[in-house]
Amino acid sequence: MRGNTLRGTALSPTDAGTSPRSRRAATVALEHVSKRFGDHVEDQPAVDDLDLFIPAGATCVLVGPSGCGKTTTLRMVNRLIEPSGGRILIDGEPIAGRDPTELRRGIGYVIQQVGLFPHQTIAENVEVVPRLLGWPAARRRERVEELLRLVGLDPARHLRRYPAELSGGERQRVGVARALAADPPLLLMDEPFGAVDPIVRARLQEELLRLQRELGKTILFVTHDIDEAILMGDLVAVMRQGGTLAQFAPPAELLAHPASDFVARFVGADRALKRLTLRRVGELAPAPVTIAVAGEPLGAARARGGPGAPGHLLLVDHEGRALGWVDARGLPDDRPADPTTARPPAPLLEAETTLRDALSILLDAAGSPGIVVDDTGRPTGLLTVEAITAALQDGNGPGGTGEDAPPPAGSRPTGG
Amino acid sequence: MDLLAQVLAWFANPGHWQGADGIPTRMLEHVEASGLSVAVAAALALPLGLAVGHTGRGAFLVGSIANLGRALPSFALLLMLIPIAVNLRLDFSTWPILGAMVLLAIPPMLTNAYAGMRAVDRDLVEAARGMGMSGLQVLVRLELPLAVPVLMTGIRLAAVQVVATYTLGAVAGGGGLGRYIYDGFATQDTARMVAGATLVALLAIATDVALGGLARLAAPRGLTVGRPRALPAGEPGTV
Amino acid sequence: MPGEPLIRWSWVADHPAEIGGALGQHLLLTVLAVLGGLAISLPLAVVAHRYRRTEAPITWVAGVIYTIPSLALFVLLIPVTGLSILTSEIGLVGYTLLILVRNTLAGLDGVPPDVLEAADAMGLTRFQRLVRVELPIAVPVIVAGIRIATVTTVGLVTVTALIGQGGLGQLMLTGFINLFPTEIYVGALLSVVLAVAADAGLLLLQRALTPWARVHGAGA
Repeated sequence: MRGNTLRGTALSPTDAGTSPRSRRAATVALEHVSKRFGDHVEDQPAVDDLDLFIPAGATCVLVGPSGCGKTTTLRMVNRLIEPSGGRILIDGEPIAGRDPTELRRGIGYVIQQVGLFPHQTIAENVEVVPRLLGWPAARRRERVEELLRLVGLDPARHLRRYPAELSGGERQRVGVARALAADPPLLLMDEPFGAVDPIVRARLQEELLRLQRELGKTILFVTHDIDEAILMGDLVAVMRQGGTLAQFAPPAELLAHPASDFVARFVGADRALKRLTLRRVGELAPAPVTIAVAGEPLGAARARGGPGAPGHLLLVDHEGRALGWVDARGLPDDRPADPTTARPPAPLLEAETTLRDALSILLDAAGSPGIVVDDTGRPTGLLTVEAITAALQDGNGPGGTGEDAPPPAGSRPTGG
Repeated sequence: MDLLAQVLAWFANPGHWQGADGIPTRMLEHVEASGLSVAVAAALALPLGLAVGHTGRGAFLVGSIANLGRALPSFALLLMLIPIAVNLRLDFSTWPILGAMVLLAIPPMLTNAYAGMRAVDRDLVEAARGMGMSGLQVLVRLELPLAVPVLMTGIRLAAVQVVATYTLGAVAGGGGLGRYIYDGFATQDTARMVAGATLVALLAIATDVALGGLARLAAPRGLTVGRPRALPAGEPGTV
Repeated sequence: MPGEPLIRWSWVADHPAEIGGALGQHLLLTVLAVLGGLAISLPLAVVAHRYRRTEAPITWVAGVIYTIPSLALFVLLIPVTGLSILTSEIGLVGYTLLILVRNTLAGLDGVPPDVLEAADAMGLTRFQRLVRVELPIAVPVIVAGIRIATVTTVGLVTVTALIGQGGLGQLMLTGFINLFPTEIYVGALLSVVLAVAADAGLLLLQRALTPWARVHGAGA
């Protein structure tokens, strides 16, 4: 998704299509926004002179320690809280002039406790906003089923159930479906996965990323978890106590060039490792490997490998899937490649594997090179620990951070 | 406002403040009979409620008595006891009303004693047992003090109800402030009737307030010193 | 009267109309009182919920009315409204207020804050939120209040016999005046039966109204 998510087009928010794939997205701009609770000038501001611009279709994560004003900021965007100063614009239009209820019907909202209506079925919960907007029953029904499928729930099983009958993860899926019901161009998510266990959280995060690739909404996402921020965000706004912005940058830049000690401490001492989570095996050019098909003469494989062919050949079956390494040194060219002599295959790495996971897998395999395979399981080359560390040295900011965020001085874009 | 003047005149009449039918005598009768009934009912209900609450056994019995107490009207109970008193050749102007008062005071005290005990955090009981307290020590030093506020509420509810019920005793020839109401009604003396009703209402409210104050005094200090936590700065308030 | 049985069943068999009439009047007085109480309590509770400052005065007034002994309250109303059904109903309604206001308020207060936040964030107006979300979620607690109020009212209606109304109370009072225990016991038993039946009926009604409150969590 990185690299193209910023290219979503901003359509009019009143153009309520029924397709979840309409890719309607809005820009959000915060200009000198501040918020004080209490009437006294000496009260500490919760949010102080905040400037943010979120391009249409981007996921912007607000992250920071508790009390940094990130939730307050989020709630000002749908006017659950009114700013004390500054202004907020959606698609260039100031929201202060709009009717709050009408504004909110066009903005999806997902919170940690989900807030499903306990007295309504899942279907009724999902169609709350379409009902408010006066959609006819047939269209609502169709939309509900479509959305449940989109978030990975079976309409036949869940439509008539009540929230109390669902697990925490299922409830949060319904929460996301409900937020998407009227196809809003903007989603606000406040620690949406904070209340589910780590395994479910990881799955929901992956699914939201998949959903976002499909939908291309503008998402404003609040979390206190820097790992989640780096995983989910195209842009990350790190906030600090007092409601000020410490840094606003794409995740890679944040990790490579923290703007202050506060940001450096907040992203953590392992920020180099975190940078590896931003890149995937498929982004690196794998080292070549010589392949032998089971049963073919070794000479044929050596010929494919060229003059510098190594003594070790990667044996594959007739489908092209890796079987293991064959030590061909000293063996005649006419000897067939024998699967029974193959050593078990070295670790397999998929293109989608993050470099961080790949590094861990390779360290686990005592440093032997990983075999990069494509999505059909065919080897495309090798990846070594050295190649990963070189990639870390090499790219201070991987590509795909968007045209709106110029790379910091001194960094070179690398192909992503 | 003619009536108001008549009622005030009735109160101002010194004759209404002395003798067997005087306000002090009637008030004393009312308070005595109510206090006695509550005391007898408390002696029966509180140990039972505390025992059931402490052991957790007999909750069904408590629930049944509470439901019956709510469904059986005090007036019906009073009238039902009259034929029984007659059959037993007891004075039907005193015993039925006292019996009704005692029986009706039992359910609120029983249920609140039980509820107060059950509301004590089970973790605290576990901790107390873990420190080596015996069952009796847990009851006396932990559960009972913590149950006091709820228990006092039960006593207060019972007392207010008993004060009201004794008023009805005048129907069967009993004493107390209900006499003014019933006699005033019978003799078309509206001022007397309204004066009696006013006295009864004031007595009930005074009972409620006094026992409410007593409950606050009786509650362990640790349960009353807490203040609602102020919202910390920077936290969003209610929308 | 000594020697007279507590219930003379032949009298019961001979007076179905009298007993039925008393029961019917009792039911009518009860239903009117609870409906009247609801009509006043629901708006009061909503106001107390919305404007927190009004909560203390509203519950205080309802509490004082509730504390006044029933006979005294009826008698205090007689100079204003006479020996009429109106007197009975004003008094009976007065007694339901504390229970109904308190329970409705507790029901509204019990709506989870995340549900309210979600309702606001989806663009429900205040009124839509109240009618579509808060009141429906409060229904179990409100009905619990209606059940207590109904049972209490069934008992208090007997007292209104003393001001010339009373349903089954009238039957019982006649039995007392005539020293005829059967009428007392039939009246008392039927009032208990009425209270229990009304309580059970309302419980069934609540179950039918809130199918969602019966389901249990599926676990994470």
